[in-house]
This record gives sequence, C-alpha cells and structure tokens, in this order.
Amino acid sequence: MWNRRKDEEIAFKPASAPPTPSALAKEGIPMSTLSGRTNEPHLDSPRGGSAVLGKSVIVKGQIFSREDLTIDGEVEGTVELQEHRLTVGPNGKVLASIKAREIVVLGTIHGNVETTDKIDIRKDAKLVGDIKTARVVIEDGAYFKGNIDIVRAEVPKPQPAPKPQPVASAPAPAATGTHSVAAVGGGDLKR
Amino acid sequence: MENRHSHGLDQFCASLEESPGLAILDLAGASQSTVTFVTNYGHRLYSDDFVHQLDACFGEGDFYANQTHPRKVERFLEGALTFQDGSFDGALVWDTLQFLSPPLLQTVVERLHRILRPGSCLLAFFHSEEKIDTIPTYSYRISDHRNIMLVERGRRRPAQFFNNRSLEKLFQDFQSVKFFLTRDHLREVIVRR
Repeated sequence: MWNRRKDEEIAFKPASAPPTPSALAKEGIPMSTLSGRTNEPHLDSPRGGSAVLGKSVIVKGQIFSREDLTIDGEVEGTVELQEHRLTVGPNGKVLASIKAREIVVLGTIHGNVETTDKIDIRKDAKLVGDIKTARVVIEDGAYFKGNIDIVRAEVPKPQPAPKPQPVASAPAPAATGTHSVAAVGGGDLKR
Repeated sequence: MENRHSHGLDQFCASLEESPGLAILDLAGASQSTVTFVTNYGHRLYSDDFVHQLDACFGEGDFYANQTHPRKVERFLEGALTFQDGSFDGALVWDTLQFLSPPLLQTVVERLHRILRPGSCLLAFFHSEEKIDTIPTYSYRISDHRNIMLVERGRRRPAQFFNNRSLEKLFQDFQSVKFFLTRDHLREVIVRR
C-alpha cells in the first residue's frame, strides 16, 4: 500500500480534470526512456521501450529518437524517429515537422508529417499540415486540414528468368564480358 | 447516416480517371472513405472542413451579419483557399457555398476559379426547396463513384436559394455548368473550369 507502483505514478489523467497538488506531486519524472513505462489504457502500448514526454513538459528544439516516443506535453521544432513510432497523447501539442515510421495522434499536431508506414488520426485529434505516408487512418470526429499524399512502396519487379541459351551459341569466356555489356547497354538505352 | 446515389459524383469521378497523380480538393472535412477512394486512384487529396472554418470565423452571433464584417471576412479569407493558381485538378465543394452571403460567395467562387486548373471539375450541391427555413447539412463521404454517405451535422438556414439561372450567373467565368435535379430537392452541379 505504501509502495506505490511506478506505472501508477505516470498514468495519464483525463484532460478535463485539473491536476490537484497531490496529483502533481505524484507525477514524478516527466520524461523517461525506461522500457515499458507507458501504461496508459487509452494509448496503444508500444511493443518495446518507449520514451515519454509528460504533459507538463515543454520542449523547443529538435528531437531525435531511436526508440518509440510518446509526447503528452508541448513540443515546438522538429521531431525525427525514422524507424519508430510517435504517439501524440491527448494532452500533446506538437508544433513541428515530424518524420517517423508510424504516428498515432490523439492530441494536436500543427506541421507536416511524414511516415514510412502509417498515420493514425484518432477521434478528437487535430492535425493541421500535410501528410506523406503509405497508409492513413482517420477516425470519425478527428479534424484534419491539409494535403494527403499516399506514397505506395514500390514492389521490386521480379527478375525475368534468363533464357536458356543453346550450348553451341554460348560465347567463349574471354568474349562474354564485351558482348553482354554491349547488349545490356543497348537495351537500356532503347527503354 | 444515409446513402444517396449521385449523378454529379459519377460525372466528377469520370474526370478522376483521366490521368493519375491529380490534386483534388475536398471541402467536406477528412473522412476515411473519401481519402481511401481518392488516393486509390493515385491522386493527392487536400482536405479541409469548410463549414467548420466558417463557424470558427462567423459562428458567434449572427452568422450572416458577421459575413459582412470587414475584419472577420479578412480573417476568414486569410485562411480559406489560399493556394497558388491552378493548384487543383478537381474540387469537391459539396453544399458549402449555400452558407456564404452573396459578396463573400462571389469572392470564394473567384478563388475556386483561380486555384482550379483549366478543364478541371467542381462538384457542388444546392438545395432547391425554397419553402423551408433551414436545410440539413451533412458531412459528405464517398462510398464509390456513384454513391455518397451523408452524415447529418444539424440544420442551417442557407444564405440564399439558387435556381439554374442564378447558378449559371454565379459560375459565369467557368467553361460550363451542368445540373442534375434530384427527387430530394437537391441540385447537383458539375462545373467545368
């Protein structure tokens, strides 16, 4: 009873409820990179480690992260998580251009966002800016203003199987390089 | 939520098939179905909730009287349709133009003319039943090239009612105006820039 669990200390409070002094005292460290500390029932729990910017944190500048990040405070500048997921929590206000693998928005973003995988704009979230992504999910009740550019991942074309050559016409090893280079070069130029 | 068949949308979608990589403007606010529909053609979609924007600028007090207030109009125009000339290859305007008072409507139509490329299409809806005070407003979502999902957003008094002649006058700078009058007193209009 006296040893309060750490994940209870950082649990998100509803946006409408003003924090009481005792609640503020419970907040503990607002920013952390400890694995598995996010335990918000309304946010998708990240699979691995995740950094959290708590709702009382304000950052102005550049954020570069090599792990998933949850922002529930205010950020102004740029945010880059090339291979990871960014979650903007319900209290989060991000005035920044963002690059990430995946972005989940529950709060507010003003700025252009670019993901290699997916952008998920949840109910009551607000995103004003241009989106460049492979997939986008917009829930009813979300507000979005901006351009949506879906970038589809290019599927590599299967290489055509080499045509079987008659053994008799196969060039001698010394001449192979010369002939094949000329053939490939001519083909590409025509295209 | 209700569904309706739309000849106007069918015509609009025919223009989407002309070439990939078009830029389409949607003033109904972002919805998953419209985003998926348009981007599946390989087009880009610019989404904005025009009615939300109107409410944000003119919502407090008398909605139409506010639209004659110079400072409020200036603030609205600073954020509305401020794109470069010829930015779009199509515009889904839906029923939003009905809620603009005549001087502001004229300015908005001029902007639409400016930001659309020559030959591109604009789809707009206008209620034609003049006996009612308020008309239902909707969030419009494309189901497929002929069908729209309508999500009601309450009722509003339109600024004015339009007939074919007044619509032709409104879009006089455009190349052509085509009408589809539906059974539910809705005039679907396809305007070609």
